[in-house]
Amino acid sequence: MAQKSHVSMTVNGTKKEGDVEPRILLVHFLRENLGLTGTHVACDTSNCGACTVLLDGRAVKSCTMFAVQAAGRDIMTVEGLANKDGLHPIQEAFLAKHGLQCGFCTPGMIMSIYALLENNPHPTEPEIREGISGNICRCTGYAKIIESVQLASSEGGRSRRSKRKAR
Amino acid sequence: MIPSSFDYVSPKSLKEAVGLLESKGEGAKIIAGGQSLIPLMKLRLASPSVLIDLGRIPGLNYLREEAGALRIGAMTRMSDVAASEMLRKKYPIIQDAAKVIADPLIRNLGTMGGNVSHGDPTNDMPAVMLALGADFFALGPSGERTIGVRDFFLDAFSVALEHNEILTEIRVPTTPPRSGGSYLKIEQKVADFATAGVAVQITLSKVGQCETVGIGLTAVGPKAIEAKDAEDSLVGVRPTDTASVRKAAQLAADASDPASDIRGTADYKRSLVKLLVTRGVKVAYARSQGRASS
Repeated sequence: MAQKSHVSMTVNGTKKEGDVEPRILLVHFLRENLGLTGTHVACDTSNCGACTVLLDGRAVKSCTMFAVQAAGRDIMTVEGLANKDGLHPIQEAFLAKHGLQCGFCTPGMIMSIYALLENNPHPTEPEIREGISGNICRCTGYAKIIESVQLASSEGGRSRRSKRKAR
Repeated sequence: MIPSSFDYVSPKSLKEAVGLLESKGEGAKIIAGGQSLIPLMKLRLASPSVLIDLGRIPGLNYLREEAGALRIGAMTRMSDVAASEMLRKKYPIIQDAAKVIADPLIRNLGTMGGNVSHGDPTNDMPAVMLALGADFFALGPSGERTIGVRDFFLDAFSVALEHNEILTEIRVPTTPPRSGGSYLKIEQKVADFATAGVAVQITLSKVGQCETVGIGLTAVGPKAIEAKDAEDSLVGVRPTDTASVRKAAQLAADASDPASDIRGTADYKRSLVKLLVTRGVKVAYARSQGRASS
C-alpha cells in the first residue's frame, strides 16, 4: 500500500483535512472521509455526471480526480447550496417544476447548472442542453430539468434566495 | 472502482518533473488533466507505480500569438480553448474540435497536451494538429527538442515522446490571410468518441486557388492520419470546384483505414470521411472568405 498523504482543502467554505491513499478518488474522500453523501457515485466511468462538484468554481466529475489532486483547492458540493435562509433558487426551481423523479442525478445536475448560471445567467434552451450535456438523467427526459433551469434563471438564480427553510 | 496502488508526487517545476521521470523509472507516468488516464487506471488497464502530477507547475496554461506562431501551453484546459475569443476569430478549426471533445465537465479538466500525447486515435486534436502542421515541444534531461506533427503520432497510444520527456507546448504556425479551417465529427451521442472526424485547413492564393491544404482524419485508423494524396490533389484547385473536392474526398477515404466496431462498419466510416471532407472544405472556404460558416 502506498503511503497515505495528508490533504487539506476548502469544502463548502470550510477547511477540511484527511489522510488518504493517493488512489482515493475525490468523490470517495467527500463521501466517506467527510460524510458529504450528497455527491453521488453512479456510473463510476466518467460518463454520467452524478458526482459533479465545483473545483475552484468549475464543474468537474469528482470520480475522475484523485483527492490528492484537489489538495489546496476550493470544492463546493450540493451541500454548499442551501443556507440558513433556505434552499438555493435552483433547488427551489427543481421542486417547483418537478425537475427530478428518482433524484439520483439531481445533485450533480444542480452543480452543473450552478456553474452554467454563474457564467451565463440567462441561457437559451440550446445553451442549457449543452451546459448539462455531461449529466445523464434516465427519468425525466430532461424536459422538466430544462424548465427548472429556465425558472431559476428567470428568478435570477445566481443570488436570490427564498425564505423556505432548508430541509 | 479503485485503481491499484501508486505513489503520488506533485513537482513545482518542469525540470523537477523530468528528474522524477528519470529517477522513478518506467513505472512512472505523467498526469495532466487525468480525464483519459484516470478512467484507464480505474479499469486497471493502466497501473502506474508513480503518478507525477503537472497540475501544480505554474505557467503551462496559456494561449498566445507570438513570433509567427500560436503557442498553446500543454496544460491549457479544453474549456479555455473552447471559450477563447482569439481562437474563434483566428483558429476556428481548433475551437471546433475543443467544443466537441467529451462534455463540459471533462473539458474543464482535460488538457491540450494530454489530448495529443495520449495517442488515442479517437482523440480529436491530433487530426487538427496534422491539418495545421503544428510542432510539439518536449523537455527532457538534455534540454528541449521540437517534434514535427508528422513525426509525432507513431501508433495507437504511442507517440514520439521518450519516457523521460514531457510535452510542454504545441506551436501552430500563424495562419496567413485567406485561410480557413474546420473540424467536423460524427458521434453517436454527445460526449462519445468520434465515429469519424475530419480536420481541413486551407489557405487560398490571391486568385482563389488552394495554396496549402491540410487534411487530418480522426478515429479511422490506428492513429490520426494525414490524407496526403487528398491534400496534394487540392493544391492549385478552387475550393468551389465540386468535382475536384469530390475527388479529394475519395482520396481521403482511401487513405483511411477504419475498423468495423460498435460505431459502424469500415465501409460506413469511409463514407463518413468522404462526406466530412466535402463539408469541411465548404466550411473552411467560407471562413477563408471571412464568413462565419458553421
